[in-house]
Amino acid sequence: MIKSNCRYRFTATPEGLVVSVSGEIDHHSASGMRREVDNIIWNRTPTHLILDMSEVEFMDSSGLGFIMGRYALMREIGGSLSLRNPSPVVMKMLTMTGFDKKVRIINTVFN
Amino acid sequence: MKDKKHGGRPRLSPICNEMKLDFPSHSKNESFARAAAGAFIASLDPTASELSDIKCALSEAVTNCTVHAYPDKIGTIRLEIKLREDGTVILTVKDKGVGISDIAKAREPLFTTDAAGERSGMGFTVMEGFSDSIKISSKPGKGTTVTLTRKLSGKRTS
Ligand SMILES: Nc1ncnc2c1ncn2[C@@H]1O[C@H](COP(=O)(O)OP(=O)(O)OP(=O)(O)O)[C@@H](O)[C@H]1O
Ligand SMILES: [Mg+2]
Repeated sequence: MIKSNCRYRFTATPEGLVVSVSGEIDHHSASGMRREVDNIIWNRTPTHLILDMSEVEFMDSSGLGFIMGRYALMREIGGSLSLRNPSPVVMKMLTMTGFDKKVRIINTVFN
Repeated sequence: MKDKKHGGRPRLSPICNEMKLDFPSHSKNESFARAAAGAFIASLDPTASELSDIKCALSEAVTNCTVHAYPDKIGTIRLEIKLREDGTVILTVKDKGVGISDIAKAREPLFTTDAAGERSGMGFTVMEGFSDSIKISSKPGKGTTVTLTRKLSGKRTS
Protein backbone atom coordinates (compact mmCIF):
# COMPACT_ATOMS: atom_id res chain seq x y z
CA MET A 1 0.00 0.00 0.00
CA ILE A 2 1.30 3.45 -0.83
CA LYS A 3 1.16 5.41 2.41
CA SER A 4 2.41 8.72 1.19
CA ASN A 5 2.10 10.56 -2.09
CA CYS A 6 5.62 11.90 -1.54
CA ARG A 7 8.72 9.78 -2.11
CA TYR A 8 12.41 10.53 -1.72
CA ARG A 9 15.73 8.74 -2.05
CA PHE A 10 19.29 9.52 -1.09
CA THR A 11 22.36 9.27 -3.33
CA ALA A 12 25.93 10.12 -2.36
CA THR A 13 27.66 11.89 -5.26
CA PRO A 14 30.95 13.76 -5.63
CA GLU A 15 28.96 17.02 -5.64
CA GLY A 16 27.29 16.20 -2.35
CA LEU A 17 24.44 14.28 -0.80
CA VAL A 18 21.50 14.28 -3.18
CA VAL A 19 17.93 13.96 -1.93
CA SER A 20 15.62 13.32 -4.87
CA VAL A 21 12.04 14.17 -4.00
CA SER A 22 9.04 13.18 -6.08
CA GLY A 23 5.28 13.52 -5.74
CA GLU A 24 3.47 15.94 -3.46
CA ILE A 25 5.06 18.04 -0.73
CA ASP A 26 2.57 19.33 1.82
CA HIS A 27 2.56 19.72 5.59
CA HIS A 28 1.66 16.04 6.05
CA SER A 29 4.35 14.59 3.79
CA ALA A 30 6.99 17.17 4.73
CA SER A 31 6.98 16.28 8.42
CA GLY A 32 7.97 12.64 7.82
CA MET A 33 10.51 13.56 5.18
CA ARG A 34 12.03 16.22 7.42
CA ARG A 35 12.79 13.69 10.20
CA GLU A 36 14.54 11.28 7.85
CA VAL A 37 16.51 13.90 5.96
CA ASP A 38 17.67 15.50 9.19
CA ASN A 39 18.78 12.12 10.54
CA ILE A 40 20.90 11.56 7.46
CA ILE A 41 22.34 15.07 7.67
CA TRP A 42 23.37 14.55 11.30
CA ASN A 43 24.82 11.11 10.57
CA ARG A 44 26.75 11.93 7.43
CA THR A 45 27.37 15.66 7.91
CA PRO A 46 27.68 16.32 4.16
CA THR A 47 29.30 19.58 3.10
CA HIS A 48 26.69 20.00 0.44
CA LEU A 49 23.06 18.96 0.31
CA ILE A 50 21.34 18.92 -3.07
CA LEU A 51 17.56 18.74 -3.13
CA ASP A 52 16.61 17.42 -6.55
CA MET A 53 13.07 18.67 -7.13
CA SER A 54 12.61 17.75 -10.77
CA GLU A 55 9.87 15.24 -10.01
CA VAL A 56 7.82 17.25 -7.55
CA GLU A 57 4.24 17.45 -8.80
CA PHE A 58 2.79 19.55 -6.01
CA MET A 59 4.25 21.84 -3.38
CA ASP A 60 2.68 24.39 -1.03
CA SER A 61 4.29 26.67 1.55
CA SER A 62 5.09 23.66 3.73
CA GLY A 63 7.64 22.81 1.03
CA LEU A 64 9.18 26.26 1.41
CA GLY A 65 9.41 25.63 5.15
CA PHE A 66 11.03 22.28 4.47
CA ILE A 67 13.63 23.84 2.16
CA MET A 68 14.44 26.73 4.51
CA GLY A 69 14.65 24.37 7.49
CA ARG A 70 17.24 22.17 5.75
CA TYR A 71 19.03 25.31 4.55
CA ALA A 72 19.35 26.46 8.18
CA LEU A 73 20.52 23.04 9.35
CA MET A 74 23.17 22.79 6.62
CA ARG A 75 24.50 26.19 7.62
CA GLU A 76 24.54 25.12 11.24
CA ILE A 77 26.86 22.22 10.41
CA GLY A 78 29.01 24.44 8.20
CA GLY A 79 27.66 23.17 4.89
CA SER A 80 25.42 24.52 2.14
CA LEU A 81 22.26 23.63 0.27
CA SER A 82 21.11 23.94 -3.29
CA LEU A 83 18.00 23.04 -5.23
CA ARG A 84 18.47 21.10 -8.44
CA ASN A 85 16.11 21.30 -11.40
CA PRO A 86 12.99 22.54 -9.64
CA SER A 87 9.87 21.42 -11.52
CA PRO A 88 7.55 24.14 -12.89
CA VAL A 89 5.24 24.02 -9.85
CA VAL A 90 8.18 24.36 -7.47
CA MET A 91 9.68 27.19 -9.51
CA LYS A 92 6.34 29.02 -9.57
CA MET A 93 6.16 28.79 -5.80
CA LEU A 94 9.75 30.01 -5.37
CA THR A 95 9.40 33.02 -7.66
CA MET A 96 5.99 34.00 -6.31
CA THR A 97 7.34 34.20 -2.76
CA GLY A 98 10.79 35.56 -3.64
CA PHE A 99 12.42 32.46 -2.18
CA ASP A 100 14.25 31.96 -5.48
CA LYS A 101 16.53 34.78 -4.27
CA LYS A 102 17.22 33.05 -0.97
CA VAL A 103 18.47 29.65 -2.12
CA ARG A 104 20.90 28.53 -4.78
CA ILE A 105 19.19 26.91 -7.75
CA ILE A 106 21.10 24.68 -10.15
CA ASN A 107 19.57 23.88 -13.49
CA THR A 108 21.30 21.07 -15.34
CA VAL A 109 20.36 20.07 -18.84
CA PHE A 110 18.76 16.68 -18.99
CA ASN A 111 16.99 14.80 -21.75
CA MET B 1 -36.59 39.43 -10.93
CA LYS B 2 -32.87 38.90 -10.76
CA ASP B 3 -32.24 42.55 -11.49
CA LYS B 4 -34.47 43.57 -8.63
CA LYS B 5 -32.77 41.22 -6.23
CA HIS B 6 -29.29 42.45 -7.03
CA GLY B 7 -30.26 46.12 -7.08
CA GLY B 8 -27.58 48.31 -8.60
CA ARG B 9 -24.75 45.85 -8.10
CA PRO B 10 -23.30 44.05 -11.11
CA ARG B 11 -25.20 40.86 -11.71
CA LEU B 12 -23.31 37.72 -10.78
CA SER B 13 -23.28 34.70 -13.00
CA PRO B 14 -25.59 31.99 -11.57
CA ILE B 15 -24.23 29.17 -9.41
CA CYS B 16 -24.27 26.00 -11.52
CA ASN B 17 -22.90 23.48 -9.01
CA GLU B 18 -21.96 23.33 -5.36
CA MET B 19 -20.65 20.93 -2.72
CA LYS B 20 -19.98 20.77 1.00
CA LEU B 21 -17.56 18.50 2.78
CA ASP B 22 -16.81 18.12 6.50
CA PHE B 23 -13.69 16.25 7.52
CA PRO B 24 -11.48 15.97 10.62
CA SER B 25 -8.29 18.02 10.75
CA HIS B 26 -5.91 15.07 10.31
CA SER B 27 -2.94 16.19 8.24
CA LYS B 28 -3.48 13.29 5.83
CA ASN B 29 -6.75 15.00 4.81
CA GLU B 30 -4.80 17.86 3.21
CA SER B 31 -4.22 15.75 0.10
CA PHE B 32 -7.76 14.39 0.29
CA ALA B 33 -9.18 17.94 0.24
CA ARG B 34 -7.06 18.83 -2.80
CA ALA B 35 -8.11 15.70 -4.67
CA ALA B 36 -11.79 16.21 -3.83
CA ALA B 37 -11.69 19.84 -4.96
CA GLY B 38 -9.82 18.91 -8.13
CA ALA B 39 -12.40 16.28 -9.03
CA PHE B 40 -15.27 18.68 -8.39
CA ILE B 41 -13.79 21.59 -10.34
CA ALA B 42 -12.91 19.34 -13.28
CA SER B 43 -16.43 19.88 -14.69
CA LEU B 44 -15.45 23.50 -15.46
CA ASP B 45 -12.55 22.34 -17.63
CA PRO B 46 -9.73 24.19 -15.90
CA THR B 47 -6.27 24.25 -17.44
CA ALA B 48 -3.60 22.18 -15.69
CA SER B 49 -2.01 25.32 -14.31
CA GLU B 50 -5.31 26.75 -13.03
CA LEU B 51 -6.05 23.47 -11.31
CA SER B 52 -2.64 23.37 -9.69
CA ASP B 53 -2.97 27.01 -8.49
CA ILE B 54 -6.37 26.32 -6.95
CA LYS B 55 -5.19 23.13 -5.27
CA CYS B 56 -2.23 24.98 -3.81
CA ALA B 57 -4.34 27.85 -2.45
CA LEU B 58 -6.78 25.35 -0.95
CA SER B 59 -3.94 23.36 0.57
CA GLU B 60 -2.75 26.51 2.35
CA ALA B 61 -6.16 27.19 3.84
CA VAL B 62 -6.72 23.58 4.95
CA THR B 63 -3.21 23.26 6.40
CA ASN B 64 -3.77 26.42 8.45
CA CYS B 65 -6.78 24.73 10.05
CA THR B 66 -4.75 21.60 10.83
CA VAL B 67 -1.76 23.49 12.20
CA HIS B 68 -3.12 26.72 13.70
CA ALA B 69 -6.89 26.48 14.23
CA TYR B 70 -6.73 23.18 16.10
CA PRO B 71 -3.19 23.08 17.53
CA ASP B 72 -3.68 20.33 20.10
CA LYS B 73 -6.83 18.55 19.00
CA ILE B 74 -8.66 17.28 15.98
CA GLY B 75 -11.50 19.56 14.92
CA THR B 76 -13.79 19.74 11.93
CA ILE B 77 -12.83 21.49 8.73
CA ARG B 78 -15.61 22.45 6.35
CA LEU B 79 -14.89 22.88 2.67
CA GLU B 80 -17.51 24.44 0.43
CA ILE B 81 -17.10 24.92 -3.29
CA LYS B 82 -19.45 26.86 -5.53
CA LEU B 83 -19.08 27.08 -9.27
CA ARG B 84 -20.58 29.87 -11.35
CA GLU B 85 -21.63 29.44 -14.97
CA ASP B 86 -19.01 31.94 -16.10
CA GLY B 87 -16.24 29.70 -14.71
CA THR B 88 -15.79 31.33 -11.31
CA VAL B 89 -14.68 28.99 -8.53
CA ILE B 90 -15.50 30.00 -4.95
CA LEU B 91 -13.76 28.01 -2.24
CA THR B 92 -14.66 28.43 1.41
CA VAL B 93 -12.66 26.81 4.20
CA LYS B 94 -14.13 27.11 7.66
CA ASP B 95 -12.94 26.04 11.09
CA LYS B 96 -14.18 26.43 14.66
CA GLY B 97 -10.71 26.75 16.11
CA VAL B 98 -8.71 29.38 17.97
CA GLY B 99 -9.33 32.22 15.50
CA ILE B 100 -7.01 35.05 14.42
CA SER B 101 -6.75 38.19 16.57
CA ASP B 102 -4.97 40.38 14.02
CA ILE B 103 -5.86 39.45 10.44
CA ALA B 104 -3.79 42.22 8.82
CA LYS B 105 -0.70 41.02 10.68
CA ALA B 106 -1.43 37.37 9.80
CA ARG B 107 -1.52 38.28 6.09
CA GLU B 108 1.94 39.86 6.10
CA PRO B 109 4.53 37.84 4.19
CA LEU B 110 6.83 35.83 6.49
CA PHE B 111 4.57 36.37 9.50
CA THR B 112 4.03 33.19 11.48
CA THR B 113 3.05 32.43 15.06
CA ASP B 114 4.72 29.05 14.73
CA ALA B 115 8.32 30.03 15.48
CA ALA B 116 9.16 26.65 16.99
CA GLY B 117 7.98 24.71 13.97
CA GLU B 118 9.03 25.09 10.41
CA ARG B 119 6.51 27.39 8.84
CA SER B 120 7.59 29.96 6.28
CA GLY B 121 4.74 32.40 6.98
CA MET B 122 3.85 32.51 3.28
CA GLY B 123 0.47 30.75 3.32
CA PHE B 124 -1.72 33.83 2.93
CA THR B 125 0.69 35.31 0.38
CA VAL B 126 0.33 32.14 -1.69
CA MET B 127 -3.48 32.18 -1.35
CA GLU B 128 -3.51 35.79 -2.55
CA GLY B 129 -1.20 35.03 -5.44
CA PHE B 130 -3.24 32.09 -6.66
CA SER B 131 -6.69 33.65 -6.43
CA ASP B 132 -8.45 36.78 -7.68
CA SER B 133 -9.77 37.69 -4.27
CA ILE B 134 -9.51 36.50 -0.70
CA LYS B 135 -11.81 37.19 2.24
CA ILE B 136 -10.85 36.30 5.78
CA SER B 137 -13.19 36.59 8.72
CA SER B 138 -12.28 35.42 12.17
CA LYS B 139 -13.23 35.66 15.83
CA PRO B 140 -10.74 34.67 18.50
CA GLY B 141 -11.98 31.55 20.25
CA LYS B 142 -14.72 31.04 17.66
CA GLY B 143 -13.01 30.20 14.40
CA THR B 144 -11.97 31.38 10.98
CA THR B 145 -13.49 31.43 7.51
CA VAL B 146 -11.39 31.96 4.40
CA THR B 147 -13.06 32.49 1.03
CA LEU B 148 -11.00 32.31 -2.15
CA THR B 149 -12.34 33.24 -5.56
CA ARG B 150 -10.71 32.46 -8.87
CA LYS B 151 -12.20 32.93 -12.31
CA LEU B 152 -11.07 30.40 -14.86
CA SER B 153 -10.05 31.68 -18.24
CA GLY B 154 -10.77 30.17 -21.59
CA LYS B 155 -13.70 28.42 -23.11
CA ARG B 156 -15.96 26.39 -20.88
CA THR B 157 -17.60 23.23 -22.13
CA SER B 158 -20.34 23.70 -19.45
N1 LIG C 1 -7.34 28.99 10.38
C1 LIG C 1 -6.53 29.66 11.22
N2 LIG C 1 -6.79 29.66 12.56
C2 LIG C 1 -5.98 30.33 13.42
N3 LIG C 1 -4.89 31.03 13.04
C3 LIG C 1 -4.58 31.06 11.73
C4 LIG C 1 -5.37 30.38 10.75
N4 LIG C 1 -4.83 30.60 9.54
C5 LIG C 1 -3.76 31.38 9.74
N5 LIG C 1 -3.58 31.67 11.05
C6 LIG C 1 -2.53 32.54 11.64
O1 LIG C 1 -2.00 33.34 10.61
C7 LIG C 1 -0.57 33.18 10.51
C8 LIG C 1 -0.13 33.30 9.07
O2 LIG C 1 -0.65 32.24 8.26
P1 LIG C 1 0.15 31.79 6.96
O3 LIG C 1 -0.55 30.64 6.36
O4 LIG C 1 0.38 32.99 6.09
O5 LIG C 1 1.58 31.37 7.51
P2 LIG C 1 1.95 30.06 8.35
O6 LIG C 1 0.84 29.07 8.32
O7 LIG C 1 2.41 30.49 9.70
O8 LIG C 1 3.20 29.50 7.53
P3 LIG C 1 3.10 28.65 6.14
O9 LIG C 1 1.70 28.77 5.62
O10 LIG C 1 4.08 29.31 5.24
O11 LIG C 1 3.47 27.27 6.48
C9 LIG C 1 -0.32 31.82 11.15
O12 LIG C 1 1.00 31.71 11.66
C10 LIG C 1 -1.38 31.77 12.25
O13 LIG C 1 -0.97 32.48 13.38
MG1 LIG D 1 -0.06 28.50 6.54
